[in-house]
Amino acid sequence: MSLRPMLLGVMHVKELSILLVTIAAGIYFTVASGAFNSVDNYMTIAQYVAPWSIIAAGQVMLLICGEIDLSAGFVFTLAPFMVMQFFVNGWPLWLALLGAVAVSTLVGVVNGLIRTVLAIPSFITTLGMAFLLQGLVLIISNARPVAAPKDSWVVDVFGGAPWTEFLWAVGLVVVMQVVLSATRFGIHTQATGGNPVGAAESGIAINRVKVVNFAITSTLAGLAGILQGTRVGSYDPTNGGFTTMFFAVASAVIGGTALLGGAGTVAGAFLGALLLGIVFDGFNLTGVSANAFNVVLGAAILLAMVLNVTLIVVRKRVGSRELT
Amino acid sequence: MTGEPSTEVIRVEGVSKKFGPVTALADVNLHVRRGEILGLIGDNGAGKSTLIKILTGYHQPDGGRILFEGEPTTLKSVVHARSLGIETVFQDLAMVNDLPVYLNLHLNRELTHRPLPFLRRREMKRRAREALDSIGIDIPSVTAEVGMLSGGQRQAIAVARSVYSQAKLLLLDEPLAAMGAKESAVILRLLRELKQRGDIAIILIAHNYGQVTDVCDRVNLLQHGEITFDRRSADTSVAELLELVNAEYRLDGKH
Repeated sequence: MSLRPMLLGVMHVKELSILLVTIAAGIYFTVASGAFNSVDNYMTIAQYVAPWSIIAAGQVMLLICGEIDLSAGFVFTLAPFMVMQFFVNGWPLWLALLGAVAVSTLVGVVNGLIRTVLAIPSFITTLGMAFLLQGLVLIISNARPVAAPKDSWVVDVFGGAPWTEFLWAVGLVVVMQVVLSATRFGIHTQATGGNPVGAAESGIAINRVKVVNFAITSTLAGLAGILQGTRVGSYDPTNGGFTTMFFAVASAVIGGTALLGGAGTVAGAFLGALLLGIVFDGFNLTGVSANAFNVVLGAAILLAMVLNVTLIVVRKRVGSRELT
Repeated sequence: MTGEPSTEVIRVEGVSKKFGPVTALADVNLHVRRGEILGLIGDNGAGKSTLIKILTGYHQPDGGRILFEGEPTTLKSVVHARSLGIETVFQDLAMVNDLPVYLNLHLNRELTHRPLPFLRRREMKRRAREALDSIGIDIPSVTAEVGMLSGGQRQAIAVARSVYSQAKLLLLDEPLAAMGAKESAVILRLLRELKQRGDIAIILIAHNYGQVTDVCDRVNLLQHGEITFDRRSADTSVAELLELVNAEYRLDGKH
């Protein structure tokens, strides 16, 4: 009795393998570079990880229900400039921030409605939205960075004070993991991706589930953009974009989310982002070029997918033996 | 079995449905009583699926009326029909493979710690175990992912889900189509057991007329959007049913 159920249980925790790899990477770079094990360096890693994991927390939900948001990276870019738009028009900073987050949410709702009402695949819908937003940001900003607001409690809370950006990331990851695994909405998201027809037959409003998840992803992306810009002290129109979005998706995939929908966890995506952050930072410290990092990133994604698929097959085999 | 209206769970009167220029249902009349299994047969395209989708609230009929427990009723949506006690086991079973048995049993009926939105997983597991045991379905673990179970086990869970939710009318859309003899036997036994309980009406759509005459009390034949034949199983035979269904094709397509 002991081995097989244990094996099943362990493999249920898809995050475990990625956690082990992350720890291994951490140990390797601690040994390989004297500068790795320092508070300053951990802060650097946290700064990489925060935006990726916040956006990934949304992308995981979308991927699970069978969708993707390619425009999230440009919502990330746009949101800080929306803060400035509202702020220079005399809104109090907290309200300007709230307004910018609301605009981000609205972008997600529009994505979701185009996807569901007009039945246009999310890949196309959000690709169009991505370029549209990119153009919009460049127009609003005149393609120039602006200084972020200063000297306000709002700035301190939203990225200004040390570690706040990372704390937001951790908090949002926890909240989204709870939403995914402990609420009806989370189950409905999994059902929508796992069997859309069956979910609809059970009376689950699958289109509403999708629109809400688009809105969540976009909201998180906007917030992540504001947090990062405020931390740096400057809002940059060349920030974010496809790179940031794809790092978030890569985090989700490396963390065990199936690109075809149905399965995945937010915690896994966080570990995926952490692994990418550690490797990115470690390569910098040990003098490996950014090009080599991309090779590793690509290989990691492929490996994660292969591992994912293989684990599912193995689990099915062990599981069916267990059940019959 | 007196035919009193009070025991009648559903009565369909003159229901019609068109999709654009295509008439799916012309004039359907049928009824089922509590504790009765009605077999609904008919060739592909006869309108069986449309009729089921109307009874589940998925489609709205263009004409005619539906009486549920004697009351004229408009089935506004799937959720509304379910709230009245009309449950369907769809061909695709509406199962999510990545989710465990107990969550599939509670799909879109998940229990939460009200007013908090959090799932009551332990309670759902307990109730799932109870529901499966109560109708004698043997599933080793309610936490197993449905994708790991056999076709028959999945079918049994789909039936259990409907029964568990206190269905008054259970619609089964070709539950035996993709199933081996052994698995079919499990479902047929399950249906007989439900019938014995006497508190539920069942409409079974099937292609295997042997199984239909075996388990159903009555058989209705749907042809070109109308019920053209209504007889007790005891008074008909597989041969007669085959003859009826195939007859139209021998009349060199005069229909």
